[in-house]
Amino acid sequence: MQHTLEQFFRALRAADVRVSPAEAIDASRAVTVTGYGDRTLFKDALCATLAKSADEVERFDAVFDTFFARDVATLPPISGADSESGQGEPSEADMAQAASSPLAQAVLQGDATAIQQSMEEAAARAGVADIRLTTQRSRLTRRLLEEMGLEEIERIIANARRMPDGQGEGLADRLDAARRSLFEQAQTYVARQHDLYAAGSARELREERLIKKQLNADGGVDPVDYVLMQAMVKKMAKRLAAKYSRRRRTARKGHMDVRRTLRRSMGYGGIPFDIVWKVKKVDKPSIVAICDVSKSVAASAQFLLTFLYSLNEVVDRMEAFAFSGRMISVNDIMDDNGVDSAILKVLQEIGFQQTDYGRSLQDFADNHLDKLDRRTTVIFLGDGRSNFADPRLDIMRQIHDRARAVIWLNPEPESYWAQGDSVMHRYARFCHVAKQCGNIEQLERIIEDVLRSYVPH
Amino acid sequence: MSSVDTLIESLGGVGYIASRRIATALYMAVNLQKPILVEGSAGVGKTELALSTATLLGLPLIRMQCYEGLDESKALYEWKYGKQLLYTQILKDRMGEQLADAPDMEAAMDRLHGMGDLFFSEPFLEPRPLMQALRQDGGCVLLIDEVDKSDEAFEAFLLEVLSAYQVSVPELGVIAAKTPPIVFLTSNNVRDLGDALKRRCLHLHIPLPEAALEERIVATRVPGIEATLTRELVAFVQTLRTLDLRKPPSISETVDWARALILLHADSLSPDMVRDTLNVILKFEQDIVAIEPQVVELLHRK
Repeated sequence: MQHTLEQFFRALRAADVRVSPAEAIDASRAVTVTGYGDRTLFKDALCATLAKSADEVERFDAVFDTFFARDVATLPPISGADSESGQGEPSEADMAQAASSPLAQAVLQGDATAIQQSMEEAAARAGVADIRLTTQRSRLTRRLLEEMGLEEIERIIANARRMPDGQGEGLADRLDAARRSLFEQAQTYVARQHDLYAAGSARELREERLIKKQLNADGGVDPVDYVLMQAMVKKMAKRLAAKYSRRRRTARKGHMDVRRTLRRSMGYGGIPFDIVWKVKKVDKPSIVAICDVSKSVAASAQFLLTFLYSLNEVVDRMEAFAFSGRMISVNDIMDDNGVDSAILKVLQEIGFQQTDYGRSLQDFADNHLDKLDRRTTVIFLGDGRSNFADPRLDIMRQIHDRARAVIWLNPEPESYWAQGDSVMHRYARFCHVAKQCGNIEQLERIIEDVLRSYVPH
Repeated sequence: MSSVDTLIESLGGVGYIASRRIATALYMAVNLQKPILVEGSAGVGKTELALSTATLLGLPLIRMQCYEGLDESKALYEWKYGKQLLYTQILKDRMGEQLADAPDMEAAMDRLHGMGDLFFSEPFLEPRPLMQALRQDGGCVLLIDEVDKSDEAFEAFLLEVLSAYQVSVPELGVIAAKTPPIVFLTSNNVRDLGDALKRRCLHLHIPLPEAALEERIVATRVPGIEATLTRELVAFVQTLRTLDLRKPPSISETVDWARALILLHADSLSPDMVRDTLNVILKFEQDIVAIEPQVVELLHRK
């Protein structure tokens, strides 16, 4: 059983439930307490020791049900009343024929447990659990059947068919039916192993590809991948926020904390042995995010908005704005709607119009400039293409002066920044960081850098 | 505590209706002597589980509420500085006498060293929850509430306590528990806990209950409530949870609501009654505004 448990841990790891050696030991100890008799008890005990978050519990349940789903092998109905041995017990003669093959015996006797067991053993020999790719399935099914001793059965069938007067026909038919059903079962078995061990790696492959995909490439993100991307962006935003949104303290030598030093000195009769230094609290970041949703960035607008939405969910103090011709605050839309409807609403309200950076910046300056102070980081998400309108660099300068940091993430590569109607190179002067951000990987790296150093330069 | 089934039953006896998964986790925690990390949204009965376990086992409950800035001196021990100071003042003359006949400075110092240790001994030690729990010889239930609110540094400090059931105090040495306490940690997922801490604990996630379980909980917690009212109210709350609310009502809100309805002598749910008491189950203005116009429809839906 230890081996089975190990296999189960492997399946869990494949499903992204992290199982450390210590947890594996705990699980084994837990199992010795519960025993294997009670399925729910066994499952719950393993769950308590192995799955360490709500998500993991969900995945654990799924893996457990697949892994320990051993539907008992079904035997084909004994076909044909014309078989000499009749409906029930196999005749002596048939058993003698089958004597050389334990599998054939099991089939004839209707011993489902024996068949199941032999399939498990054969699977271990054939290495079915090492399956990695969908394409390996048919080959592994064949190997599995070979290991179970299908050849023997085929031989017996051939022999029986050769017997004079059709004596062996009944036996041959039955074994033939059994062979077909065995084949089906082996297929299901291998498919399940594939789900357990390989499905996760296929998803990883997709995620990996998506992470590097240029978001403003033709057609943007595939609708198929869109849900996956949303999940990834959300996960990333959450990770970043968890890491950086907490108030951090840095010890600063130089200023004595008189109150706490006096308190400490009580233990020493009023003599200040322990000097306590003042601790400087680093404030939580507050973020103003401004997102371009105009025609020119149409391909990446959805991605940028998804990021904006996720960030809004995880960062406490965040103001979100969107613009193309004019600028509006989208905080309320994001707070009140789910991610899909929020993005849709923003795009309906303001999206895909002619870009006018100058006008939008003017809107921002008129209504929201008070949101900026020396603790605020401003993040622009946009391509800096202003349709040859006045870019209003003066407002940009004002934003730069007021905010702690201005970060511009542009989906276009830097070589495009001064081409055509792009004024990105001029805006870039007033940004602490201006970088290309075309895919999820770049986005994560930049945001992480920004949050870590907090004030760049 | 001989089997999971008896555990469910006896927890029911002290007023905690546990699902099988909860009972199994608790059973494992006691048998494997591991702390148990309980997660779930606010009000699903995380803290209550620890309280009920303490009642069930007849052990004292020691509770430590975590918050940002909680540190060792508040969680483990502190010296009673005031008392130390007072004693040194009172004993000043006595000490002077003792030191007076010392032949030289060095001898006086030696004597002073001996006295110094007196002031850092048990009588001057103020044990805080963690140390209290370790010094309960008969065992106890230690509840470390909302551990996610504490700092990472404190979480790291907890590791020693949770894996070896001992702490080291520089002045006194290592203090180990004679009987390891049953430790509950609760978390509201304000932040993700470190892997090291999670690894040391069994994990239990308490989800919002299904209708049947919730009805039993309400019936146990609010004695004297009519069965029909329970059914209606639980069905209504269950419907609310399927909606997109900022804070869906959890068990404690259901129970509070049941109590409120009893107080108002309601024997069935009427739209007006629901509207009047909506603030008991919904804790955000937006939620109330969103639900209020739908009350009649929601009541008919079930």
